[in-house]
Amino acid sequence: MKYIYDLHKTMLKKNLILVYEGEFTQEITKSVLAMAERNMDSFGEESGIKRKVFNVMVECLQNICKHSESFDVELYGKNNAIFMIGKQEDEYFITSGNAILSNNVESMSEKLTNINKLDKDGLKSLYKEIIRNGSLSEKGGAGLGFVDMARKSGKKLVFDFEPINQELSFFSLKTTIPRI
Amino acid sequence: MNILNLEGTEDTPKILLDKENKVFELSGRSLPEDSAEFFQPVLDWLEQYKDNPNDNTPFLFKLEYFNTASSKLILDILSKLEEVEGANVVWYFHEDDEDMEEAGEEFSELVDVPFDFKTY
Repeated sequence: MKYIYDLHKTMLKKNLILVYEGEFTQEITKSVLAMAERNMDSFGEESGIKRKVFNVMVECLQNICKHSESFDVELYGKNNAIFMIGKQEDEYFITSGNAILSNNVESMSEKLTNINKLDKDGLKSLYKEIIRNGSLSEKGGAGLGFVDMARKSGKKLVFDFEPINQELSFFSLKTTIPRI
Repeated sequence: MNILNLEGTEDTPKILLDKENKVFELSGRSLPEDSAEFFQPVLDWLEQYKDNPNDNTPFLFKLEYFNTASSKLILDILSKLEEVEGANVVWYFHEDDEDMEEAGEEFSELVDVPFDFKTY
């Protein structure tokens, strides 16, 4: 039973205010959002920061939902993901982790690296370019999620890919929202 | 013409399109699971309305939040409004919500419809 205490201590040490592990759906997205909102309200977080955190959370959670819909469970097993929010003195961080096909690692890495090269105006131009020329994917995504997260954050997106096996990789993403 | 009236929920906006009473409004939060499906009735309504519109069509956007998938559909609605003679957009944003103000400005640069900006 010690793992319970260990997990509790880890959460405190890492300043995690919310951790969810499991299946992701729109219903769960709504619940997680409501919990995070209540948490921020409970200590009177400033509305502008609250909005940005909410914004990044939605994109992050819906990314996972949309992705998991296309995940072949029979082939690759259960597609669980993790979502966490942390709060420090000077910033919030919103992190997620989920399995993706290793085939997609290169293109995603390239996409995120490009986003990280852009400044505020560059991100704005990219956003307008995608919204003007892009169409919704089969999964209903606009291809704007990462760009929007980078814009709301104002910081670089931190990401990593860990190989799970030959076909799958674990994609981790961290977005920071400054509390100033 | 029929009235399109959808109550807002925690993840979908309130929508009221009423030609006779001259109310054209979209407000609240928009993060539906399937934004294309959710907004299709609005696009269909406007498609029908544009053939015989009122002299003026002030279309109110009073959004507290919208996700990126909704932003694509908002652009589709605005593009449809381009085809409505006498249409204009009234873009409301909370007075301390710079992101919503900027979002409105960006949309106004993407379509050929007059925008008025108001705070609440």
